[in-house]
Amino acid sequence: MGRNVESAKFVTIDGNEAAAYIAHQTNEVIAIYPITPASPMGELSDKWSSQSRNNIFGTVPDVIEMQSEAGAAGAIHGSLQAGALTTTFTASQGLLLMIPNMYKIAGELLPAVFHIAARSIATHALSIFGDHSDVMAVRQAGWAMLAAGSVQEAHDLAMISHAATLKSRVPFVHFFDGFRTSHEVNKISLISPDQIREMIDEQLVQEHRDRAMDPDRPVLRGTAQNPDVFFQAREAANPFYLDVPGIVQQTMDSFAKLSGRQYSLFDYVGAPDAERVIVMMGSGAGAVEEAVERLLAEGERVGLIKVRLYRPFDAAALLATLPKTAKRIAALDRTKEPGAIGEPLYQDVLTALAEGNRLHQCEALIGGRYGLSSKEFTPAMAARVYQELDADEPQRHFTIGIIDDVTHLSLKWDPEFSTEGDDVTRAVFYGLGSDGTVGASKNSVKIIGENTPMYSQGYFVYDSKKAGSVTVSHLRFSPRPINSSYLIERANFVACHQFNFLERIDVLKIAQPGATFLLNSTYGPSEVWDHLPAEIQEQIIEKELKFYVIDALHVARQAEMGTRINTIMQTCFFALCGVLPREEAIEHIKSAIRKTYGNRGEAILRRNFAAVDAALDALHEVEVPAKVSSKTHRLPPVASHDNDFVKRVTSMLLDGRGDLLPVSALPVDGSFPTGTACIEKRSIAQEIPIWDPDICIECGLCALVCPHAAIRSKTYLPASCADAPNGFLSRSWKGKDLPDYQMTIQVAPDDCTGCGVCVDVCPAKSKEVAKHKAINMEPKLEHLERERANFDFFLDLPELDRTLAKTDTVKGTQLLQPLFEFSGACAGCGETPYLKLMSQLFGDRTLIANATGCSSIYGGNLPTTPWSTNEDGRGPTWINSLFEDNAEFGLGLRLALDQKRDYAESLLRDLATEVGEPLVEELLQGGVSDEASIQRQRERIAELRSRLARADGSATQAAGTLSAIADVLVNRSVWIVGGDGWAYDIGFGGLDHVLTTGRDVNILVLDTGVYSNTGGQMSKATPRAAVAKFAAGGKPARKKDLGMLAVSYGNVYVAQVAMGSNPAQTVRVFSEAESYPGPSLILAYSHCIAHGIDMSTSMTHQKEIVQTGFWPLYRYDPREAHAGKRPFRLDCRKPTKPFKELAMKEARFAMLARTNPEHAEYLFDLAQRDIDDQWHYYEQMAGVERELSEGFEESGV
Amino acid sequence: MTVDLSTSYLGIRLKNPFAAAACSPLTGDLDNLKRLEEAGASLAVLPSLFEEQIEHEELELARLYDYQAESFAESLSHFPEYQNFRTGPSEYLDHLAAAKQAVDIPIIGSLNGSSNGGWVRYAKAIEEAGADALELNIYFIPTEPDLTAADVEQQYVDLVAAVKDSVSVPIAIKIGQNFTSLPHFAQRLVTAGADGLVLFNRYLEADIDLESLEFKPDLVLSNRHEARIPIRWLAVLKDQVQASLAATSGIHRMEGAVKMLLAGADVLMLASILLMKGSEHLSTIIDDVVHWMEENEYESIDQLKGSMSRKNSPNPGTLERANYMKALTSYTLDNQMPH
Repeated sequence: MGRNVESAKFVTIDGNEAAAYIAHQTNEVIAIYPITPASPMGELSDKWSSQSRNNIFGTVPDVIEMQSEAGAAGAIHGSLQAGALTTTFTASQGLLLMIPNMYKIAGELLPAVFHIAARSIATHALSIFGDHSDVMAVRQAGWAMLAAGSVQEAHDLAMISHAATLKSRVPFVHFFDGFRTSHEVNKISLISPDQIREMIDEQLVQEHRDRAMDPDRPVLRGTAQNPDVFFQAREAANPFYLDVPGIVQQTMDSFAKLSGRQYSLFDYVGAPDAERVIVMMGSGAGAVEEAVERLLAEGERVGLIKVRLYRPFDAAALLATLPKTAKRIAALDRTKEPGAIGEPLYQDVLTALAEGNRLHQCEALIGGRYGLSSKEFTPAMAARVYQELDADEPQRHFTIGIIDDVTHLSLKWDPEFSTEGDDVTRAVFYGLGSDGTVGASKNSVKIIGENTPMYSQGYFVYDSKKAGSVTVSHLRFSPRPINSSYLIERANFVACHQFNFLERIDVLKIAQPGATFLLNSTYGPSEVWDHLPAEIQEQIIEKELKFYVIDALHVARQAEMGTRINTIMQTCFFALCGVLPREEAIEHIKSAIRKTYGNRGEAILRRNFAAVDAALDALHEVEVPAKVSSKTHRLPPVASHDNDFVKRVTSMLLDGRGDLLPVSALPVDGSFPTGTACIEKRSIAQEIPIWDPDICIECGLCALVCPHAAIRSKTYLPASCADAPNGFLSRSWKGKDLPDYQMTIQVAPDDCTGCGVCVDVCPAKSKEVAKHKAINMEPKLEHLERERANFDFFLDLPELDRTLAKTDTVKGTQLLQPLFEFSGACAGCGETPYLKLMSQLFGDRTLIANATGCSSIYGGNLPTTPWSTNEDGRGPTWINSLFEDNAEFGLGLRLALDQKRDYAESLLRDLATEVGEPLVEELLQGGVSDEASIQRQRERIAELRSRLARADGSATQAAGTLSAIADVLVNRSVWIVGGDGWAYDIGFGGLDHVLTTGRDVNILVLDTGVYSNTGGQMSKATPRAAVAKFAAGGKPARKKDLGMLAVSYGNVYVAQVAMGSNPAQTVRVFSEAESYPGPSLILAYSHCIAHGIDMSTSMTHQKEIVQTGFWPLYRYDPREAHAGKRPFRLDCRKPTKPFKELAMKEARFAMLARTNPEHAEYLFDLAQRDIDDQWHYYEQMAGVERELSEGFEESGV
Repeated sequence: MTVDLSTSYLGIRLKNPFAAAACSPLTGDLDNLKRLEEAGASLAVLPSLFEEQIEHEELELARLYDYQAESFAESLSHFPEYQNFRTGPSEYLDHLAAAKQAVDIPIIGSLNGSSNGGWVRYAKAIEEAGADALELNIYFIPTEPDLTAADVEQQYVDLVAAVKDSVSVPIAIKIGQNFTSLPHFAQRLVTAGADGLVLFNRYLEADIDLESLEFKPDLVLSNRHEARIPIRWLAVLKDQVQASLAATSGIHRMEGAVKMLLAGADVLMLASILLMKGSEHLSTIIDDVVHWMEENEYESIDQLKGSMSRKNSPNPGTLERANYMKALTSYTLDNQMPH
């Protein structure tokens, strides 16, 4: 035992923190780029450096955020060559972007460690979840690879990686499973800075520094080599790779002496005389180990080899670890390599056996895939693999964890097989994101882990929606270390923190017989039973659950905590689960509260303490009746729907049973139907807007700004509403454009998130009661039934003929059907109203290329999509390629469309005889963008098809081809959509290039000034003085002026809009941009929760954004760039308010004033000067005449 | 002739009765505080520490971090974490300590609490930060019909007693003028432990924004005619309560200052005029008062103070309703009767 082993400090942290802690201690430069699930490692490093936490060398590591992972890799490469110890954290696509530099770093024998929270690579779909497809894609790059399978291992192997890379000069990929390990909270023994110092050999550090580029000792690196020597030089580094396994083992041995934790290149658990052995790496080994223990107890001879060092693959060490008795081996891969004979680990094991002359002893070597994208992998599945190894003819290639009814590769496992011990507390908490359940659960894990000898584990499952999201916390407490790398399947404690979940989620499915069920309920112990759905009553009785209720909301309100019930429920949990004596538990809870909220101030602590103190008095046991009495039932997962796919597949996903879908149920190429968000009635609002037609002025603003298309306006002829339900409100349309029409503003009560933005922007107020507007937020339950009926009727009202809508006005656009509805974006989202407007104006002929980010998540995260169709079945067709390539990808769509159109036009001319010259000419000239001509063009195409159908003889084939592609003769509108992280940073190079091509694409940048989707990291769009992750001290640099960069090309339509400030300008810009036949760039101000503003007033807040000059509105239209005209126009007045006034209303600025007032003053002053300078510049631009020449013509304009 | 300007307030001997009232731009700024001292101020009351605002900021901060946190797998938080948020009273207390260092004149901390616990907690903190005395800025607008005047007064009295119990520095109570029987209420406050009364609190009266049809907070500076109200009540209270009296509201010129002193003020608290004309203007007012005293052969402030109190004035009846009658009568007779 090492001398520090006795005094080991235990902490409960997640895998990301466990790895980042070592990385921050052992490095001098950290260059990163945010990507899920690795982002927290970079954020923690940034936090520690901003707190001046030293590394073991006594300096504070320099943490820098780059514009992409490719950029980070380049910076790392440079930093290593200049002699700094350098690291990064990434995953998935990020790792792929680093590959070119990884080859370089390895080729130059630079010691470095990349810590990877291993995540799926996007193929048919993006997935943020864990598997090894990313790390397997770099196994050929010349890096050593160490695989950790738990939080403790992520900590330890991070240490071993950093020590071993210095010894070996070979760079290391240290990886662990995304989410399962990166986000699992577990009790681990912390390596102290002194232990780290002992592991890092100063002499080796010095040697690394001595090898650095230095003009005092000049060298030449990165040469170009020729056929004469390249090959030999490539072989020259072989000894270094040959030494790696030995160095890693030595390092592991040294580490064992210090820590007491011994690792080997391959670790074996199981019977010494095992006949059946699984070989695998990563967190899944935890589940297999539990199965092994159980099977051993049953007398089976099984074993498990955990691969630690995957590259270089030490075949001899593997064979030395493999019991001599092993006859049947299964290699499990958490990746898929289509077309390969087997997955990589399988092939490596096979090769090792063959080269080691052990293959002949093997009766079977089989390979299986498991756990792709964090698919659950349980001891039951592991047991099934051992069972398969025992078969007469084991299936050579298989999958486990899914049902494959197509290629029939999957093994069917026994779900009853369980290894969960009786002495382990297994608690599952169902909460809302907004009620703080996850935060309190994490604290519970810490309380047990850090204050008792027990071990604790927490894993958290999140929703695919941002607004009203459901969280499920899985907590285990055990007298032994917990390696259960799978979700709890048999809980002995279940807490449901929101009563209405009972209607929608089978929360007790997970409860084992005799478990405790804690319910947050406004109904007391004597009345709650009558309000439970029958399915819940049935399970309580059948499983003999101990049932408790607490009105946590009441306790929270009494303690002035609003809806934050987390610490109240946590107190009840501790009181009921008995892991700790009550008083002790309460003290620990308070201590955890102090730690979590201490820096928020005394008030929040006092309120939490009061809530904790009041909790137990409000906790009551419910006497459970003997019989089910409820007449109510759990709601069906979806409303009725005609689409077969939705019925078979989407409804299963919505019901939380997606795991049960067989392979055949899923599309082969990632194509899904649109128009599905409408079936998901989540009904998350407490209050909804109710229309008062007597006051309404028909401005359309409410519908325009609604982020979820949950408030609609429609005009229709009176006859349409003859059968309107009672209570359906209607009034005559005042506009002269539609005489005799009626109109209605209607809320979608189950789709509204209750954000209140519509009410805030409503300009119409009652003359008698100033607070009463034309729409007003009112309690949903008072209106739900009536508004449901109204909305159903509203949907059935005929849509207005698009040619009748005045689409150059705000109110006119809002009479068009939105083809983007009910997204899962945050309540009050600032991005979605722009997309909705775009869908209303052009959606029936739009292709969308969507960069990865918030808009790709609320746009395309299963189970449903907000992109929808009109009654003709037309609507936006949407795709997300990647984060970094979106502009180029969108351009590709345009190129193909243009080709298709050229082809169609060519065929049309060829078939002029069959079609008739006049129609051909009309078709060639038609298709411009106003609604009437689009409609006429569609009629012409219908006529064309009917004439083509009559073609015969030699024209038949061409006619058939033209008929198939004729729809392209209606102008296709290509929209390239993404956030500022894409447009300003990772995708800027491509975006810039696309702007120069002159092709007809519309680029919509939803500019929140921050990486919103990954949690608020700084981008180059982040304004000066704003705090963001990686800019905790306030962004020091000015925001990039992307618009003016684009203007400089001359032939790009460029506009900056802020819907809440000037909606008419926004509408105008969308129409102008779309009609411009070259590239268009719209920079759309998008407020975001990461701004720290009141989201309900976010749209009106945009007025101040413009009034301060922070976000000037302008348009640059190349069509005006001739004949002495001035193409750049300012659409707003000179700033009238100081920036500081705005800044103090947004937490992203005000936080800096709260933490560093002097620096805030300094940056605010600079920000004001930026604004003054920018306005001065723009004013001058507005006076500039342009005369575009032939380049303009060539762009096709 | 040398005039003795010294006076006492809350048991503190002051070189003159001219004090800077609680006002952010004046006493919330160290440089201005120094200028005020140089201009002759004998005392400064710091701007109020508002419990409600502190708690609001703390709660907003907590809400900010909690909002949408731990909800979505990719964005478990949205802001960087800080260890050093300047929440709570620390900013205020730091300013108080710095003010004590920056100037030699006594510093009074001012507190506007919103909960019983808060009043006591923050009063102690202000005392510990070095305040020479404490001014309780009680700002309570009753809006419910079932809340009686007696209830409201009792709340004030309880609060004063609670704070008095918890601190050892003297306390002054800054109250509004709208009490049914101010002398009775003032007496109760003094009995409960008030060492002084500040007459009066000028409440922040909301205005209506005609464009948005919403109330908006709007601070209007005092005008010199507002001095009449404290003059009356200083005169009335001077002889009847055993407590220091501070005058505030409408002291813009020498005349107003002298009148307040005549009526019974121990100190004069100025703000609006100094905001309008600069801190340095205080010395002009002091000079004018000295000049007036010299011209009228007053030797000291103590001599002048309260010499026109209700007891000492030749015509105390005019402080009561007759005052109005006389004004009306004279006005009509002398100026308004048609010829």
